[in-house]
Amino acid sequence: MFGFEYDPVIYSRILTSLTLGFHIIFATIGVGVPLMIAIAEWMGIKRNDPHYTLLARRWARGFVVTVAVGVVTGTAIGLQLSLLWPNFMQAAGHTIGLPLFLEIFAFFFEAIFLGIYLYTWDRFKSKMKHFLLVIPIVIGASASAFFITTVNGFMNIPQGFEIVDGVLTNVSPLAAMFNPATPTKVAHVIITCYLTSAFILGTIAAIHLIKGNNHVYHKKALHLTMVSGAVFAIATAVIGDLSGKYLHEYQPEKLAAAEWHFETETEAPLILGGILTEDNEVKYALEIPYALSILAGGTPDSEVVGLNDFPEDELPPLWVHYAFDLMVGIGMYLSLVSVLFVVMSWRKKWNPLNKPLLWAIAAGGPLSMVAIESGWVFAEVGRQPWIINGIMRTEEGATTSAHVDVMFVLFVTLYIILGVTCAVVLRRMFKKNPVEHELEKRGMAQQKRVSNE
Amino acid sequence: MSYEVVGITVLWIFLYGYLIVASIDFGAGFFSYYSHITNKKHVVHNIIQRYLSPVWEVTNVFLVFFFVGIVGFFPDTAYYYGTALLIPGSVAIILLALRGSYYAFATYGAKDSHLYSFLYGATGLLIPASLTTVLTISEGGYLVVDNGNVQLLYGELFTSAYSWGVVFLAIFSVLFISAAFLTYYASRAKDKPALEVVRKYALSWAGPTIITGIVVFFLLGKRNPVHFSNMMDLWWMFGISFVTFVAATVLIWKRRNYGTAFVLVMVQFFTAFFAYGSAHLPYLLYPYLTIYDGFTNDAMALALIIAFIGGLLLLIPSLILLMRLFLFDADYVEGKK
Ligand code: HDD
Ligand code: HEM
Ligand code: HEM
Repeated sequence: MFGFEYDPVIYSRILTSLTLGFHIIFATIGVGVPLMIAIAEWMGIKRNDPHYTLLARRWARGFVVTVAVGVVTGTAIGLQLSLLWPNFMQAAGHTIGLPLFLEIFAFFFEAIFLGIYLYTWDRFKSKMKHFLLVIPIVIGASASAFFITTVNGFMNIPQGFEIVDGVLTNVSPLAAMFNPATPTKVAHVIITCYLTSAFILGTIAAIHLIKGNNHVYHKKALHLTMVSGAVFAIATAVIGDLSGKYLHEYQPEKLAAAEWHFETETEAPLILGGILTEDNEVKYALEIPYALSILAGGTPDSEVVGLNDFPEDELPPLWVHYAFDLMVGIGMYLSLVSVLFVVMSWRKKWNPLNKPLLWAIAAGGPLSMVAIESGWVFAEVGRQPWIINGIMRTEEGATTSAHVDVMFVLFVTLYIILGVTCAVVLRRMFKKNPVEHELEKRGMAQQKRVSNE
Repeated sequence: MSYEVVGITVLWIFLYGYLIVASIDFGAGFFSYYSHITNKKHVVHNIIQRYLSPVWEVTNVFLVFFFVGIVGFFPDTAYYYGTALLIPGSVAIILLALRGSYYAFATYGAKDSHLYSFLYGATGLLIPASLTTVLTISEGGYLVVDNGNVQLLYGELFTSAYSWGVVFLAIFSVLFISAAFLTYYASRAKDKPALEVVRKYALSWAGPTIITGIVVFFLLGKRNPVHFSNMMDLWWMFGISFVTFVAATVLIWKRRNYGTAFVLVMVQFFTAFFAYGSAHLPYLLYPYLTIYDGFTNDAMALALIIAFIGGLLLLIPSLILLMRLFLFDADYVEGKK
């Protein structure tokens, strides 16, 4: 198929990338949106403002649809890992089975409370009781992100076992789970899930406002998402910086690949954009002096290990540079936009609802998803050629089965169908039942006048 | 008990949990579609929706639990089954994916379409059929390992009487379990017309279930005599299974104690499932893999068992809350909430 020779390793990699890349969209929403729902419901209770409660309610309704796709694609990954990477899973089962197992408990917990939460909006007398139900959902979702990310951390810095004559011994599941990659990785993954979700919901509010739909409901939504977004964006940049320092210490080859940094040196510059010539010369790039040394070690005279210090066949492909730059660039953009919005709404004289800023916010949602994807591409491809860093090469982990190509075609079709229907269903759901209708139905229409337009 | 046996028991319990909750769900999908095409949809649709909506995601987790847990406890299964099952496994994933998401689309997207309903009904029968291939393969003879390469013998799989027997048994059991549950649920909901319909379903699937059950039992004798003779040693468990089956069917037929009847159905499957499973031991995959040579290291085993106990302490109260709100809350069941 596709004119080149069948290689189960290549197809397993492409199919895994496809499934993970698709799942991560829904997983990110699944981790982040419950927190946003919780914040909105809390504001609704504290300020006694039904707009926020309605916000929580409508977000939750959209959320279930994305959860459904998250669940089914997650199930696909879980099975596919064994189907496509049997040798890897055999090794992983011995060492990192614990967090994989715990992740399922976290889902279970989340799933139970999600079921309860959705069907009990009007069932309790006290609103606080219903709010309490969202807490286990937030905890369950973030806990599952925590557990699965420790698995990914293990693949980057495997520890907690010994190999004696090719046999795994002395396994310590906790040491494997709390590997050096875990702190920064988990923190960065979870905070970016929050960030992305805040921006996606912000995009929706911004688009309504751009379309001239000036209801206070949308303004409150925008304000809520952008204030949270600003907090998350700054935290993301801080933790991202710590991730860089982690790479410097534990995976210098990944950092060097991201930065096209060939010679080991101090006072290393940071390279933005550019292209790489045949003989590894960087052209047309923006160089920020000392910045890489500062990112990696905190001071300009930190020594940054270069690519030339590693054996050629253990280097990741150098195009990960673009993925890294894209992620960081978007991170900067998101901080800028959200902080600008917060500052402008804080100064009474300025109008944060101007068209250019609204457009910039509207672009933020899709862009943050692009950052998630490029971040993962960077982290995963940057680990190549290893599936378990330094222990097992990717090709050793893969299945030997024929027919992975056919499965690939099947799954592409499946994800296209799922993605399209999901989008169509979400659109129809909210089109058929616009906010204005629902406000009226719930007897909140008179509040329209409070709008300061 | 050794760690190995604890591990496989934990997993088997989860698989049993999945067997029950998923059967209810799969069968409900089929009945929902069937009532759609026979214009009885308005009668049974409501109770099916009311029960399923809050719990469908929970159902799925049981399955995920099983296949993640088995790789944790028995990493070598990933190697054997993972390599052999690429195609049937992928087909099952796709069916599960279509089913789960289209259910959510139809329910929350609030659009009733013939296509959704059909997908929901058809996958309800195809998924159990594709998942049970794993059990079939575990009997041995459907898979060869030559110099480290694991291969599934599709010809053998598709032409053997045993493997088709298992498929039919799975489908009939799904329909029977589901109908028995819905009968109970309809009676709790005091929904007379729905009760009449689902009770008839339960009675009509009882016969096929027990007959294929017995046929498969003897087909297994030809397929794997070792397993069969182990099962014969546990004849009393199959005996209990048969007796509870008869008692459940009689209760439903006499329109009495639907709740007890459903519990009896659960006992029927529990005894048969555990008798089948424990007779299968020590093999996970006959004759290549036993629970002893495929087991994880002791440290991981202990960690998983502790995690499992901790997890249960968290989950059981939550599940009870879920059931109290949606299954045993009379007002909710009757549609007043
Ligand atoms: C909205 C998404 C997003 C944004 C704005 C950023 N990141 Fe990021 N980044 C991720 C989303 C992400 C991620 C998807 O969550 C990754 C992929 C793998 C991982 O552990 O997290 C990641 C990985 C990742 C890594 C690799 C960690 C590893 O391989 O272990 C580094 C060094 C950074 N990030 C650094 C940054 C910096 C300095 C940013 C500046 C603002 C930044 N990230 C913004
Ligand atoms: C190797 C990687 C991964 C595997 C094996 C995996 C596995 C799974 C499985 C089995 C499910 C379905 C659970 C269910 O039935 O309820 C699922 C859903 C989910 N996954 Fe993943 N996952 C992976 C990556 C991730 C990552 C990186 C995140 C978060 C950062 C994540 C977050 C989620 C969430 C939140 C859901 C549930 C959907 C929801 O409730 O919103 N997953 N995943
Ligand atoms: C624990 C099990 C995991 C396994 C076995 C795994 C393995 C792999 C492999 C082999 C690739 C292909 C790399 C390449 O094509 O160069 C890949 C890519 C990828 N992985 Fe991981 N990974 C795991 C965890 C995760 C997690 C938790 C995530 C988070 C969602 C993730 C996200 C990605 C993404 C987005 C890609 C695509 C990169 C690309 O386009 O090549 N992975 N993974």
